[in-house]
Amino acid sequence: MLGPQRRNLWFWAFVGPFAVGLGLFTYVPLAWSVYLSFFDAHNTVSPSGADFVGLGNYGAMLSDASFLGSLGTFLLFTAFIVPATYVLSLALALMVNRLRFAQAFFRSVFFLPTACSYVVAAVIWKLSIFNGVRFGLANTVLGWFGADQTAWLSTTDPPWYWLVIVTVRLWLQAGFYMILFLAGLQRIPPQLYEAAAVDGARPGWQTFRHLTFPQLRATSVAVVLLLVINAFQAFDEFYNLLSDARGYPPYARPPLVYLYYTALGRDQNLGLGSAGAVILALIIAVATVVQARWFGLGRKEE
Amino acid sequence: MDDALTRAGRALRVVLVVALALLFLVPFYLLVRNGLATEQDITAPDWTFFPRVLQWSNLTEVFQDPNLPLGRALLNSTLIAVSTTAGTVLLASLAGYGLARIPYPHANIVFYAILGTLMVPAAVTFVPSFVLVSSLGWISTLRGLVIPTLFSAFACFIFRQYFLGFPRELEDAARVDGLGYWRTYWRIVVPNARPVFAAVGTIVFIGAWNAFLWPLVIGQDQEAWTVQVALSTFTTAQNLNLHELFVAAAVSIAPLVVVFLVLQRYIVAGVERSGIDD
Repeated sequence: MLGPQRRNLWFWAFVGPFAVGLGLFTYVPLAWSVYLSFFDAHNTVSPSGADFVGLGNYGAMLSDASFLGSLGTFLLFTAFIVPATYVLSLALALMVNRLRFAQAFFRSVFFLPTACSYVVAAVIWKLSIFNGVRFGLANTVLGWFGADQTAWLSTTDPPWYWLVIVTVRLWLQAGFYMILFLAGLQRIPPQLYEAAAVDGARPGWQTFRHLTFPQLRATSVAVVLLLVINAFQAFDEFYNLLSDARGYPPYARPPLVYLYYTALGRDQNLGLGSAGAVILALIIAVATVVQARWFGLGRKEE
Repeated sequence: MDDALTRAGRALRVVLVVALALLFLVPFYLLVRNGLATEQDITAPDWTFFPRVLQWSNLTEVFQDPNLPLGRALLNSTLIAVSTTAGTVLLASLAGYGLARIPYPHANIVFYAILGTLMVPAAVTFVPSFVLVSSLGWISTLRGLVIPTLFSAFACFIFRQYFLGFPRELEDAARVDGLGYWRTYWRIVVPNARPVFAAVGTIVFIGAWNAFLWPLVIGQDQEAWTVQVALSTFTTAQNLNLHELFVAAAVSIAPLVVVFLVLQRYIVAGVERSGIDD
């Protein structure tokens, strides 16, 4: 058998390339970003030559109404997308799970949008369904009922663009979360249902409320956690749905869109952008840890 | 009476599932419908379910537009998606196996250092990563588009979980036969763990093909555009050719839909075994 020294070498032969790469492309950029965030670095990625401004960028970011507004946009987006995806994907899983025929077919149909990109979905949503003119599908359908035409993406009062943004993501991701719920449903022992039936629980709402839903607790926690983290990263649909040849409208910039324009837009203000990225990373880390603690995620693994 | 109610409930559920399925398929239909229609048909004031004329020449026309370098973009996307998938699966499976099977006193520290990066979503590090890649001179290069994305903590985690649950007897037999870690891995573990390779590979491939922010930031020259960036640039352009855009979008998802339909049962199995909700 191998000695401990040889074993350690083998461990690093397997894990080393991955660990080094992860360090180089995740830990190094993070550290560099923290460093760069203390400098007034425009148009340059190396702080040498740039003015040291200490916490100035952080102060500027945290008192910048548009950055704070971008966090508000994220909160609003989360308030829409998390419950909507949760309810739809759970409902799809429950329905597909109880189908007695063509189960695989319907699962595939609901899962298929996962293969579609936000860019392609945005093409369909922006230029075919919600394109705000008469030949748009939404306006055509509403027209059958005598409703007026709506300029979905450019109406800010009422903010109809939210409907467009939320439905794109809902379509793209509900199928994935449905699979997570299906996996959870399959792990519930059938004996529990038999016992519940013997105890007189009526199938349907009662069984769902007192048996199925509590049994899905772990899945629910994971789904909500993933939904919130993913909502924080919203970029693709906002960028592709709202920007046009004239640029990006000032309303509805989630944090990543805001950072994109700060760091890589006309100003190329990489120092400020780095400060924003650090603030965002901290918020996500704290939110994740709090949520994980709150729900006891990973307790079973300990 | 209870029976009638149950039957009515079941029928209602079936109707609901079918209606939702149709709703989920509508966007795909619109993509194909508009891609094969004439410009007049797309913008006709009275919308029709079927286009009046099917214009198959859209399929060839779209490859000849100099403003939308679709052929080049598809080639770039293919190169990026294939090399990202191969690299990610190789690196993450080796690391996952090492973490699961080779005893090392500080393995837990290494594992948590890897797991910790999951909390820092890749999208949040795009500013610092851009800084790094641009200082390496990798802007608009295949290296810059692929290498930084190869180290997926998520993939490593899935492999580790899978190998932890892998039957040890097979490996023990190989060890008795005198095979080292390396040969045990290649000859015994890899051939017996094909489902997890297929699952992770499909997820990574779809992610790499559909990636947008990173290619947008790094692939600045037209030569380096992926198909997603090319499409996006085209949507925000002024002189928009709708039928061309739709057929290009349809062409861009065709390879994925095929990969997806062939391999999706592995994704489902992979998700179910990942322990993501344990």
